[in-house]
Amino acid sequence: MRYLSWAYLAVMFGFILLPVAVLVVFSFQDGRLPVPPFNGPTTEWYAKVLGDRDLMAALGNSMLVALLSSAVALALGFLAAAGFAQTRLPGGALMRGLIIAPMTVSYLIIGLGLLQMFNWAGVRPSLMATGIGHVVINLPLCFAILSAAIGAPQKSALKAARDLGAGEAQVLLLILAPMIAPSLAAAFFLSFTFSWDEFIIAFLLTRFDVTLPVEIWSMLRSGLSPETNAVGSLVFLVSVLLVVTLELALFRKASK
Amino acid sequence: MTADVEIRAVEHRFELFTALHRIDLSINAGEFVVLLGPSGCGKTTLLSLIGGFLTPSEGQILIGGRDMTHVGPKLRPTTTMFQDYALFPHMTLRDNVGFGLRMRGMARRARDAKAMEMLAMVGLDDKAGRKPHALSGGQRQRVALARALAAEPDVLLLDEPLGALDLKLRRQMQDELKSIQRRVGTTFIHVTHDQEEAMAIADRIVVMNAGKIEHCGTPEEVYLRPRTLFSANFMGELNRLPVRPDGSGVASPLGPLPVPPSEGILCLRPESVGLTGSFSLGRARLTEAAFFGAHHRCHFAPLSAPDMRLVAHLPQGSHPEIGAEVELFGRDPVILPEAA
Repeated sequence: MRYLSWAYLAVMFGFILLPVAVLVVFSFQDGRLPVPPFNGPTTEWYAKVLGDRDLMAALGNSMLVALLSSAVALALGFLAAAGFAQTRLPGGALMRGLIIAPMTVSYLIIGLGLLQMFNWAGVRPSLMATGIGHVVINLPLCFAILSAAIGAPQKSALKAARDLGAGEAQVLLLILAPMIAPSLAAAFFLSFTFSWDEFIIAFLLTRFDVTLPVEIWSMLRSGLSPETNAVGSLVFLVSVLLVVTLELALFRKASK
Repeated sequence: MTADVEIRAVEHRFELFTALHRIDLSINAGEFVVLLGPSGCGKTTLLSLIGGFLTPSEGQILIGGRDMTHVGPKLRPTTTMFQDYALFPHMTLRDNVGFGLRMRGMARRARDAKAMEMLAMVGLDDKAGRKPHALSGGQRQRVALARALAAEPDVLLLDEPLGALDLKLRRQMQDELKSIQRRVGTTFIHVTHDQEEAMAIADRIVVMNAGKIEHCGTPEEVYLRPRTLFSANFMGELNRLPVRPDGSGVASPLGPLPVPPSEGILCLRPESVGLTGSFSLGRARLTEAAFFGAHHRCHFAPLSAPDMRLVAHLPQGSHPEIGAEVELFGRDPVILPEAA
């Protein structure tokens, strides 16, 4: 029975990680095709990727869009969560629901909607437009995470701070933000990861400057190559680093 | 540093529920007032109104002669010591206590000095660099008090601050609160549902019930000469005898009693019933007795009304054998009309 459960665990991890493992292994393929048999390791493809100006520009773009859109989504989500936690508005529950609603809509639909709206408003497809799109998908996430973090202890601390003469900005920056810092970091890193990986909105809303997933997609159109594997591995590495940072910074602290 | 508080015809409604019915109350500068009552009586609502966390539906609140009815907590000369302490977990005790001064723009050096002074007052100056989670409940309590007082309020509001402490610590904190209040001279308004706590610390007790003030007076007045049956009951245990006027005295289930004639309920505290007193309650048989340390708690069945039970607190070592018949006496009688 015990061996069975270990075996199950191994199969489960295999199921989750095998595709990624294959991707990474064949990024070191010494040959033109990332398929078996494995011809022995080379870092040639990585050198090629790092020397590819378009790819590196796309990577920079992705980083920029992810950082800025996550920061904006975090700031807006924080303000909304703080506001809803402290005031009772008529129809407050409905408004909360409306903020969270975009989470349930597929990115494709949101992307189409944004495309049409930007067209109508005269906003050209650009990194800016993509960034706005990423704020749209990440704001509900930030709001949900931060709302859950503001409970009775936070509310009474805010009340106490006001009682001691703090203004609204001071209440938010000196009391609320430090008290929910772990959730702020979690919301930021998750938003960053989602923006970093996001393809369909970026695909619809960029034209000349593209993000990394869009660049990879255009590489794929010319067929499989260990080079795409190498890019994929690098993207995966960034995501892993984010997750590990998050794990170390937050969940360790929370369990202490 | 201290101010009087004037509550004028304040009424407060939460949607359909009326929490306070036209309350009038004057609190003197430097007074220690306790708002006492069962949960839901409106005492916390009244405190929130004074602190500015709620705005009354009607009426006026004056602090130090200035109308504060529509002023928010930030600008009121009040600070609150909250039930859950509401300390800032990410700040050291020094920064917690100095927060009010920081908000007033005091420089770090000056406010740290003041914070240390306040922490020394509550005996925690050696822990100034720690954070609240490293403290026990009683210590957090003291930090909350120091923080509220450091802002130099004219009126300090205390919202059941001792509720979470164990009995021994609570008694100790009561003594401390009282002595600190005397030292700083700030007006203290304290909310509790514990009548012993109220008597231990208050200059004046305001007994509240169902959104109204039942009685307002010194602990002695409220305990010994209650104005309503509710406050008599709430302040402590009672023997209750229905009486009606009869000649120069009253008629009761125990027979005629020589107390001023009046219609209502004759109330006698257990310690006002005993083997000596100012008037006889007739003979009675001891049915049960228990030793409570400071006194014996005895149940007597009066011979003239064997189904009734009178509770008496007799001094240590002085209670008769169970089953013995003795003559009981009463003192400090109060006759109150039945609940209106």
